[in-house]
Formats: sequence, C-alpha cells, structure tokens
Amino acid sequence: MKRIAGVSVVTLALTMVISVLVHAALSINGAGATFPYPVYSKWFDEYQKKNSQVQINYQSIGSGGGIRQITEGTVDFGASDGPMNDEQLKAFQDKHGFGILHFPTVLGADVPTYNIPGVTSALNFTPEALAGIFLGKITKWNDPAIVATNKGVRLPANDIVVVHRSDGSGTTYIWTDYLSKVSDEWKNKVGKGASVNWPVGLGGKGNEGVTGQIKNAPNSIGYVELIYAVSNNIPYGSVKNSSGNFVKADLASVSAAAAAVAKTMPDDFRVSITNPPGNTAYPIASFTWLLIPEKFSDAAKRDAIKGFLSWMLEDGQNYTEQLSYARLPKEVIAKEKEALAKIQ
Amino acid sequence: MAATTTVPSASPIPGSRSFLARLREGDEIARLVTFLFAASVVLVTALLIFELWQDSALARHKFGLHFFVTRVWDPVFEQFGALPFIYGTLVTAVVSLVIAVPLGIGAAIFLAELAPARVSDTLEFFIDLLAAVPSVIYGLLGVFIVVPLMRDYLQPGLRKSLGFLPLFSGPAYGVGFLTAGVVLAIMVIPYIISVSREVLMSVPRDQREAALALGATRWESTWKVVVPFARTGIMGSIFLALARALGETMAVTMVIGNTPTISASLFSPGYSIAAVIANEFTEATGDLHLQALIELGLVLFLLTFLLNGVARLLIVITSQCGSGTALA
Repeated sequence: MKRIAGVSVVTLALTMVISVLVHAALSINGAGATFPYPVYSKWFDEYQKKNSQVQINYQSIGSGGGIRQITEGTVDFGASDGPMNDEQLKAFQDKHGFGILHFPTVLGADVPTYNIPGVTSALNFTPEALAGIFLGKITKWNDPAIVATNKGVRLPANDIVVVHRSDGSGTTYIWTDYLSKVSDEWKNKVGKGASVNWPVGLGGKGNEGVTGQIKNAPNSIGYVELIYAVSNNIPYGSVKNSSGNFVKADLASVSAAAAAVAKTMPDDFRVSITNPPGNTAYPIASFTWLLIPEKFSDAAKRDAIKGFLSWMLEDGQNYTEQLSYARLPKEVIAKEKEALAKIQ
Repeated sequence: MAATTTVPSASPIPGSRSFLARLREGDEIARLVTFLFAASVVLVTALLIFELWQDSALARHKFGLHFFVTRVWDPVFEQFGALPFIYGTLVTAVVSLVIAVPLGIGAAIFLAELAPARVSDTLEFFIDLLAAVPSVIYGLLGVFIVVPLMRDYLQPGLRKSLGFLPLFSGPAYGVGFLTAGVVLAIMVIPYIISVSREVLMSVPRDQREAALALGATRWESTWKVVVPFARTGIMGSIFLALARALGETMAVTMVIGNTPTISASLFSPGYSIAAVIANEFTEATGDLHLQALIELGLVLFLLTFLLNGVARLLIVITSQCGSGTALA
C-alpha cells in the first residue's frame, strides 16, 4: 500500500510540474467550426513553431458551439462557417459591453454530386434545376430543366433521390444560402441555416454519410464540400453562375467568387458570397470566419491574437491550397489588416 | 427469482458494540462511504432531470404540450415538434425486439440447455465480444451490408409478397425504419442471449430432474419448466435490450435516413430522438432550437423512465403468476 501511495504522490507531483511548464507558455483557447479545422490546426501548429511562447488550442465543436462559447466568454475566440446574425451580435454586446469582430480566414465551396447509372459525363446544373430538385418539384432525371443544359447526355426517366446532410453544418448553410438567393420559393418555404426543414430527401451524417448514401442509392443527388469531393475523387457537376457560364468548382473559381464581392465588402466582413457577379466565379462558395472580441482585458493575449491574425493573413495563406482551401483575395486581406486595429 | 437471492444477514446483532468500536473497526466508515456511492446514483439522476428541465424552459413555455403532437421540425422558422422522433424511436425499438427476442431467447435456450458445455462456453465468449463492439461499427455494418441487401433483395421481396400491407409499401431506399430496426436487433441480441443464458443456467437442477422423472422429454422439461421458472430474468434481458435500442444513437443515425416523417411503411426513412440530438446539437445556433433539442432529451428520458416502470410492473405481475404456472 505504502509503495503505491508513494508512486501516486510522485506521479501527481510530476503531472503538476508538467502542467505548470506547459502553462508557462501563453495559452489561447478557441472553439467553433469543424469545416476549417484541418487548416486551423496546421496554422496553430506552424505559428507555435515560430512563436514558442504562444500556444493556441482549438476545439472543433461546430459553429453553433463556437458562437455560444465566445458569447459565454469561456473561450478567447470563436469560429463559424456562417456569420453571426444581428440577434447574436446584440446578445454578445449586451453581455460584454463591447462588440465582436468577424475575420474571414479561408474559403470553402459546395458541389453537387450524383449517381446516375449509365451517366459518366459531368452534368451542368442551372440554379432553377437545383432549386427544383431540392424542393421536390423536379422529380425525374429526364425533366426538361435538366435535359436542356445537358445535350448529348442520355438521362433516364427515373425518380430522383435527394440526399442532404442530416447533421447541422456549414456545408448546409452555404447550400441553403445559395438556394435562397436563386429561388424565392426556397427562401419563403425553407430558408437558410445549418439545419433546415427539408422538403424532400434522405439525410446522411457528414460528408461521408452523404457520399455513402449517394453511392448506395442509384439516381441520387446530393451536395458535399469541395475539399471532400477533391480528396476522395468524387465526380461533381458544374453550376451556372450569375453571368450565365457553367463553372466547375476549383480553388481558382472559388477565389474568384470572393474577389467579385471584395469591392463591396462591408466593414464587418459579414457577407455572403453565394451567387456573386463575375464570369469565372463559382456560385456556391463562402468565407469561414474567426470571431474575435473587440476588447481583451489581458494585453498579452490581445497582442498574441493580433500577432497570429497578421501572420495568418500573410504567411498563413500559403498553407491553404495544399489543404484544398481557396485563399483569400488580396483586397480582402488588405481590408482585414486595417480591421486589426479595432482589436483593443 | 427475487426470493432465491435474499441472503440471510451475516452480521451479529446490531447495537452489540459501541458506535466508537464500530467506527474503529471500519464498519461505520464503510457504511458511510458505500452509502455515499449509492446516493450518488440518485443524485446524478436528479441532477440530470433538473438540468434537462431547466435548460428547456424556453421551448417548454413556447410549445407546451403541443410539442408532443406537432409533426414539424423547422430550425429556420423555429417550429419544433417531437412527434416524428418519438414515433421513429418507438418503431425502430419495436421492430428490433420483434426480431431479437425470438432469436435471442432461442439461442439462449440452446446454449443453456441443449448445447455441450464446451460449445456453450466458446459461443458465450463470442457473444460477449459482440456486446462490446462499439456501435459505430454496427453502423458501418449497416451502411455497407444491411442497406444494400435491404434495397436490392429484402425490400423488393417483401413488397412482392406482403406489399398489400401498408407496412411493406413505398419506394425502397435501403435506409429507413426497417433497416434501423434490423441493425438494432443485431446489436441487442447479444444482451438477450447473454443474460437469458445466465438466468436459464441458474435454474436449480432439481427442477429439471423432477420434470424428467415425471416422464417429460428434454424439450418438455426445458419449455414447460425451466423457461417459465426463468421468465422474470428473461424479461429483464428483454428490457435491457429495449433500453439499449431506445437510446442507440450512432448506428441508428447511419441507417435510418434522418428524415422526420411519420409513415406506416417500414421502408420509409425516419428519425429517432437520440439521432436528431446528436446530429443537430453542435450546430444549433438559435436558443429555441437548442432548447427544443434539450427538451427532446427530456422526452427520451421520460420515455425510458416510463418503459422501465412498465417493465418493473410486468416483472412483478409475471413473477406472481410465474410461480403459479411453474407449480401447475
């Protein structure tokens, strides 16, 4: 017994020493969106290599959780795939007495993916066709709305099986935000959000769940993140943008979507870039944001976060494309650098 | 069964020693410590109910009892109703038990009564292994094996032969109530077998010998004497399985189709309470959405509570007439 007690005392002491040593570095805690998690963890890792005294911890608990935790004040910064709405901004202001800032970090996009036996070529989708399919009004693959833009493809007369995300996600937010912009009926009936009341379809959990469901069910269509589609070699279709061109999503066409709205970017960066102007812009894309409070009581923390943000806008952007995230356009970076001064 | 487990108290007459003496020998300390451990169970349950109740106040006030009968679940326009989820939870649990109970009890009877000890023990090892497999693995099994089987063979077959029943009509997606029920059945069978086998094996030898001596065949002694004797314990194993089926999250969400619908067809995609909480909780940004999810948690808790109560009642009733039939 004595020996066991001795051992545990030593272990306890060691643990305490180690935790003290770890905490000697300035530790900053953040939580939120899962979609940018791969690039965030890469950034925090790289940044710590350069600035060993700053340690940034990030929990990818989802955008909703990120917004809640930063509002509660349990983390130093939040992260979200959708911007906070006015109500949430007010809740933060009321609780803390100062505001919260949005900083776009990278870009993501959604792509339509499908499984139609006998069809191997990439399909072209108009906004009307996508909205019609997801509203349950277009029910057959050989509907004129789909056939008209896919000359030469033999589309079967089979029922369309719609697959969507069942878990609340930024991917769904982008998809429904886009459909709300291109279809009034969608906007009034379904609306946009991380989870919505789907008129038709089956739900799959996560990108992998949607992909699995599509692979399993012939004549199905769904949407997944561009990154997921690229890294898993999932074929996906092109979407007609506001200039009338069919654009296939890739890093360049997603960055082009962001560049198209850069000139009209509001000062708080809360902007939706779905269905943007521009010949080459891919229409179903979005920023993802870090949520940073305007005021920090701890000056060291404030400086560390500002230091990280300026690094992220410069060197950090070089890590995005190897992880399949589209980088921020120059105009947006310049504007964000100005906004850094707002953090006090 | 309850009667056989009461052990006569082994302690000497209480009060024969002073409190201090008992304290010194550790009796009093042990009593206090173990009491605290036991009390913590009650405490955790109470805390759970309190938290769920407290954190769903907004949703409870807004929807009241309509929450139980509303079929709409719309996070954008903030309309929430639990009915499709309650329906999905109950239907999948019932389907799983319909499949698992005969299979599980049949297997338990074979293992306890008919199989050679070596076979029985080896199989028991595998059954315990199955019971310990994480549910996500069962979910994968469902996605990759059960869903395609359902879509391509079982559902078309059922529709052809029993399609006149509303239960087996409609398009076959592969995912849905039936598939979720089948996967749940696979998951709960090990529990039923394992517990029922133990219970059957603990039936005293003389019961069997008496039946055989009266001229019963082996099967007659098993079916008419041993199984009725063990009925309470077997019921217990079924309710354990039911509890697991009600609360299962991961495997269900992978194969149920995640669509809040109420449909008579078992082929239709559906949704369960646990699955929707797991799916939407992390990204629920609206207060009302979050609280409606917490209220769903409360509903699931109540449902489990209620079914457990019914189970207790059933056990009490059957153990009373159980002894009667065993004697008859």
